[in-house]
Amino acid sequence: MTHKSEIDSSRRQFLNGSAIAAGLAIAPGVMLHQVANAKPADQAVSSDKRWGMLIDTNKCSKGCDACVRGCQTENGWGENETKSNPDQLAQWIRKVEVRDTSTGFSNSLPLMCQHCEHPPCVDVCPTGASFKRADGIVLVDKHICIGCRYCMMACPYKARSFIHEDLHDQLPTAPRGKGTVESCTLCVHRVDKDGDNAIPACAEACNAEGHEAFVFGDLKNPNSRISQELAKHGGTQIRADLGLNVGIRYRGI
Amino acid sequence: MKAKVHFREVLNNGTGYYGLLALLGAIVLVGLGAAFYMEHNGHFVTGMNNQIVWGTPHVFAVFLIVAASGALNVASIGSVFGIPLYKPLAPLSGLLAIALLAGGLAVLVLDLGHPDRLIVAMTYYNFKSIFAWNVMLYTGFMAVVVVYLWMMMERKMNKFTKPAGFFAFIWRLALTTGTGSIFGFIVAREAYDAAIMAPMFVIMSFSFGLAIYILVLMASFKWTDRVLGDKILYRLKNLLGVFIGAVLYFVLAFHLTGLYAAEHQTVERFILLDGGIYTKLFWIGQILIGSLVPLAMIYHPTLGKSRSSIGWACALVILGGMAQMYVIIIGGQAFPLVLFPGLDVSSSFNDGVVASYAPKLPEFLLGIGGFAIAMLMVTIAVKVLRFLPESLADAIVDPHSASDANNVAKKAA
Repeated sequence: MTHKSEIDSSRRQFLNGSAIAAGLAIAPGVMLHQVANAKPADQAVSSDKRWGMLIDTNKCSKGCDACVRGCQTENGWGENETKSNPDQLAQWIRKVEVRDTSTGFSNSLPLMCQHCEHPPCVDVCPTGASFKRADGIVLVDKHICIGCRYCMMACPYKARSFIHEDLHDQLPTAPRGKGTVESCTLCVHRVDKDGDNAIPACAEACNAEGHEAFVFGDLKNPNSRISQELAKHGGTQIRADLGLNVGIRYRGI
Repeated sequence: MKAKVHFREVLNNGTGYYGLLALLGAIVLVGLGAAFYMEHNGHFVTGMNNQIVWGTPHVFAVFLIVAASGALNVASIGSVFGIPLYKPLAPLSGLLAIALLAGGLAVLVLDLGHPDRLIVAMTYYNFKSIFAWNVMLYTGFMAVVVVYLWMMMERKMNKFTKPAGFFAFIWRLALTTGTGSIFGFIVAREAYDAAIMAPMFVIMSFSFGLAIYILVLMASFKWTDRVLGDKILYRLKNLLGVFIGAVLYFVLAFHLTGLYAAEHQTVERFILLDGGIYTKLFWIGQILIGSLVPLAMIYHPTLGKSRSSIGWACALVILGGMAQMYVIIIGGQAFPLVLFPGLDVSSSFNDGVVASYAPKLPEFLLGIGGFAIAMLMVTIAVKVLRFLPESLADAIVDPHSASDANNVAKKAA
């Protein structure tokens, strides 16, 4: 056992060197706690309401994308993203053409966040940035979204988009930011301002075109127009088999 | 009388050691540079998009994390299942597990949209999220393995090695189950949503982790002039063969289940038949190069005894594992979501079409950087602490078999 008595000074030097290098490497990370002060704003909303929409695809015209443009103008997406390629651009709402190849029947419908009662995006979000308000609106808290994109993996409707570049000149009503995920907010700023009288930008744009395919309202109020229409004519949920109980209902599909 | 296995730091201060350190350090720096480039510009500089939201960095990260828990198996076989042959291999096994996990997590975190908000991920928890469980499973794993290593390497604490090893073994099973469940619990996508994902990831970890372990063991022993006997190496490579076979079995069960149900036949057809790059990676990468060829090499009467071909077999298992991760992660996202079962859909947002994805160089560099972080940690640790046995010659690791047999034979003569 002669090797025990040898003192290997190179090892000590090596340890010292490593400790200094490690210290320098960790130091910036320790300072990062300063950015963690972000806290979700308190939301004074009530579960007495559940906001939803009924979309009549029979009134929805093929080739018309007024709802999409209305949403873009209202929320400021799709205009100031200049570097992203088409596959990377955000789309809060899109027109989907559905075709039955066996019969040839086809129709066209707008698709956006379906504001599920049991949203998979909220389940999987590690930080709780993806959340559902008491009134059923599913949102992303941009302050605590770490950009992991797990919600995008989990959403059955591909309703969410990731921001791939720096953004400027955003609208105060629709904060957006590089490295976070976003989706349809059901024009929450309008809902918070106007309540039962609110009308989301997509519905407003559709009405302006004269199609009136959208009905927005409170699903829990039996006297609301949306509840009465649903009671009279019914409505379909996309991927109802998943049991998510979505807030956006369709007629004609 | 059983020979005692001694452990010794790497004492060689030659250019070889520092050269390796410099090389790994440089690769780490390139990886960090790539991460900074992607983070600074935003993900538009990557191949990722709103269809393929998890790209090449996730392939590397998930592979490394899965391999990390598998690398601990060698230690578990020694202390949990009490096989003495594996006990001298345990410290390196624990070290490699920590290092691979650190490398994988670094890649995962640096690919976030907001890596600067890592502290948010550690202070805001949604306990229903498998990711949140994993934050705890991963950090907990590091702590558990550090304690396990302490019990193993501090003679006074040796009596606690078995319970610590048992706890670490249970924890690693939970960890890989959690990683597999990231995919297994996704109901939205046809290619996932299967309970078999979790156990399949566990068995994949056995295979990938052991392949990396064998390569690191062979390299570290060769470069520090230590003797690695055939007995222990053959045991390890035979075990790797069993694990490769087990992964194949799970892959077979997974796809057979998919093929049987009409609902899943389209996605199975995509992966197995007409998925382009994903089909090629599955059959050529994962099955042929990553499984069948290394299996043949390992069990071949002459190749199976050649060190270089054992090394190559391990390297092929790693490449095949990467191909498998690519098919699962990227291929699974490329297949379109089913919005209206049985109907055709089309839109401006790539509904109803296979998503396109072409990885960009920075993504790849970040992933390689993750491997380099793991190897850099191992290289530093084996110099600082006694992770490596001085010798694993046949006579030392198992004096009862060959040498005893010789003695008996001599006496009989």
